[in-house]
Amino acid sequence: MQQKDIAALLDEPACAHNTKAKSGCARPKPGSTAGGCAFDGAQIALLPIADVAHIVHGTIACAGSSWDNRGTRSSGPTLFRIGMTTDLTEQDVIMGRGEKRLLHSIKQAIDSYQPKAVFIYNTCVPALIGDDVDAVCKAATEKWGVPVVPVDGAGFYGSKNLGNRIAGEAMFKYVVGTREPEPLAPELLGEGKRIHDVNLIGEYNIAGELWHVLPLLDELGLRVLCTLSGDARFHEVQTMHRSEANMMVCSKAMVNVARKLQEKYGTPWFEGSFYGVRDVSQALSDFARLLKDDDLAARTERLIAREEQRVHDLLEPWRQRLRGKRVLLYTGGVKSWSVISALQDLGLEVIATGTNKSTEEDKQRIRELMGDDAKMLDEGSPRALLDTVRDYQVDVLIAGGRNMYTALKARIPFLDINQEREFGYAGYAGMVELARQLALTIESPAWPAVRKPAPWESAS
Amino acid sequence: MSITVLKRNKALTVNPLKVSAPVGATLAFLGLNRSMPLMHGSQGCTAFAKVMFVRHFREPIPLQTTAMDQVSTVMGGQESIVEALATIFSKNKPQLIGLMTTGLTETQGADIAGALGDFREKHPEFADRQVVAVNTPDFAGGFESGFATAVEGMIRTLVPALDVGVTRPGKRQRQVNILAGASLTPGDIESLKEMIEAFELRAIVLPDISDSLDGHLTASDFTPHTIGGTPLSEIPLMGDSIATLVIGDSLNATADLLHEKTGVPDYRFSHLLGLDAVDRFVHLLSELAERPVPARIVRQRAQLQDAMVDCHFMIGLTPVAIAAEPDQLLAMCDLLQGMGAEVVAAVTPERGPALEKLPLAEVKLGDLEDLEQMAQGAGARLLIGNSHVAQSAERLHLPLLRCGFPQYDTVGGYQRSWIGYRGTRQALFDIANLLLQHPHAEIEPYRSKYSQKKD
Repeated sequence: MQQKDIAALLDEPACAHNTKAKSGCARPKPGSTAGGCAFDGAQIALLPIADVAHIVHGTIACAGSSWDNRGTRSSGPTLFRIGMTTDLTEQDVIMGRGEKRLLHSIKQAIDSYQPKAVFIYNTCVPALIGDDVDAVCKAATEKWGVPVVPVDGAGFYGSKNLGNRIAGEAMFKYVVGTREPEPLAPELLGEGKRIHDVNLIGEYNIAGELWHVLPLLDELGLRVLCTLSGDARFHEVQTMHRSEANMMVCSKAMVNVARKLQEKYGTPWFEGSFYGVRDVSQALSDFARLLKDDDLAARTERLIAREEQRVHDLLEPWRQRLRGKRVLLYTGGVKSWSVISALQDLGLEVIATGTNKSTEEDKQRIRELMGDDAKMLDEGSPRALLDTVRDYQVDVLIAGGRNMYTALKARIPFLDINQEREFGYAGYAGMVELARQLALTIESPAWPAVRKPAPWESAS
Repeated sequence: MSITVLKRNKALTVNPLKVSAPVGATLAFLGLNRSMPLMHGSQGCTAFAKVMFVRHFREPIPLQTTAMDQVSTVMGGQESIVEALATIFSKNKPQLIGLMTTGLTETQGADIAGALGDFREKHPEFADRQVVAVNTPDFAGGFESGFATAVEGMIRTLVPALDVGVTRPGKRQRQVNILAGASLTPGDIESLKEMIEAFELRAIVLPDISDSLDGHLTASDFTPHTIGGTPLSEIPLMGDSIATLVIGDSLNATADLLHEKTGVPDYRFSHLLGLDAVDRFVHLLSELAERPVPARIVRQRAQLQDAMVDCHFMIGLTPVAIAAEPDQLLAMCDLLQGMGAEVVAAVTPERGPALEKLPLAEVKLGDLEDLEQMAQGAGARLLIGNSHVAQSAERLHLPLLRCGFPQYDTVGGYQRSWIGYRGTRQALFDIANLLLQHPHAEIEPYRSKYSQKKD
């Protein structure tokens, strides 16, 4: 990928980070950086597309430590969980045999697994030695008649976030718009309500949590043409251009896809979240608003009222147990505000939150939710987190898996909200699971046990 | 909160959990060196027990029978006992025979003390051999209480009373007694001895099944009696120890007797599973030995705490159903509830002092059908019990943590060490892994009616 293409991706007009003061994504600081590379971002953004063979073109470092490492789930094919890499050797690099190996690899993947498409993730070494991955993909597509899509996200291009955009860009450039949606079955049309086509962008179906939300969309008559990329199929991605409204679900990672769909096809989009009662309701209302359908709006209001009442009753016993517990939230992501409202719905008190990736707009929303004296952490070092836990008498740290052992070693209850987690928290139903997991760790008798000194120490 | 013991409320026992008292007593006698357990009953009593022991320990098991027949059953079995004792002593040459009654002979009204008198009178040539005779009717108690009865018999017969004047508490300053309950495995006793040795103490373990029921591929190809186990020469010296450590509430009465006879102070532990129990035990050893806790054990404690933190995510709030003897049930309940799990069904085959200490509202005296129904009703996610519970686990599609007796469908259950910091840590890992491998509350895949998916 050329420097100007990377610059173009970084200069994302729809991203609020992209202001005068802060141009695009910040450059990682040598010696003081955590988080993944562009390849990581590209791969995790697309890996949930279930019927695709995902081949990592590179040395074993890239796929070897990252395959089958995600909590995303599929309702059908499991091909995406098969780890595939060209596993380049020294000889491949010296002799320039990377392209040849890639071509043979694609053939092998197609022969062995009959994928609906093949995605090729480029990585640092082949990018450096100049493998023409685009050309190999083109040749392979023509030769075997299976779409082979290059995703050029070598690690040194930039951060994980850039990788997400590279992935979105690849989908937009090579896949979206190459097929028309399936016509709806006549019996579905005869239900007396208008059916609208929508996309969910940046929803990864972690632990199957999308399945908490889909029944609600079905009830409202919203057909999800494609989820990019949780439980998606290749042919669904191809039809994304026909949606009438798009929702940007998780962070701004693939905001470029939403923006380009609007520019090219005029599809309106909004940013929302499925975490927390208030945000789920808001997202459903936003669909009705963008689709400009009064009947839908009325039905949406009724559904929200019913579901909020139901979940309120389900959460009541948990709220009793969790009320007043103090939370430090460190998502590292941009949507702290969404999780904050979810936690407040449960009666917890969010006393501090990480904001190192948050925009001014995000921070404003956080202040609205938490009040002006909200503690915002711009730095997420283990020391900073632990100091905050101690100074503010925090009962539970909620963060990504990377911070899990920081908390555990300091004997602090912890909840993982990252992509490797095993529990789905989205939708109204996900709130009950969230409450349960919070109670599990906060109330665990393991904590007092491990804080206790040995009896022979206290005696002496 | 006092616990409610729910009594048996049905005629038919289905998929029994209970193992008979003579089987428990047999296990205790198998923990003595050069011993031979002898069941006074029909030969089937012995055969069934022997098969179960062989399958559990995967060792040849010395076990004999008085082989009661119609005539001896009706006319009195005294002669059968005398004959069996003489035959075994002359043929198999054990140093001790553990004589146990059974349902048949208790109903018949056997007088084992009388028979023993007859034997001594008739066979002075075996005067140097020991016989410990106990009453273990099949219709009372079970595995754990039968075991305790046998240990009580050993103490009554083999340990001299203080007033005889041959022993004095504390005479041997580095020696402690261990009364080891029925729920301890050979692996448990081995790690128990290691822990004690780490404090430069020497233990007389009664009974010591670690030595006798594990790891025998000996020079001689066959021995008709036990090898390993508590040496008979040591048992009379228990009165010289500085302390007796009792593991298992089922041995309470037994411990009372030992204390009464020898005057050696005792310290009692319901079990040695979980941080608190092991802390107390290690602390006591350190005080008795007047030695600091070795670095190795301090390290094991830290490792256990680390594991507790790691495993609380999986084990916390997990509903668990347990079928076990009272001592083991208490150990498991303490361990699980100490990790935030919820014991939603507890079934035990017999009464025992440990039941009163259970941190539960109720416990059921029952069978594995009860366990299965209670586990299902309460939505248990994990079963804990012996190999017989595997059937229930299969029907309920639940994982099973095997513990207790018998374990015949796996290898090595007998050698597993549950106790101490290390044993507890492994138990937590195993429970957490079973739960990880059988995830619950997975969100059901949902397919929209409008979906374009064709698979």
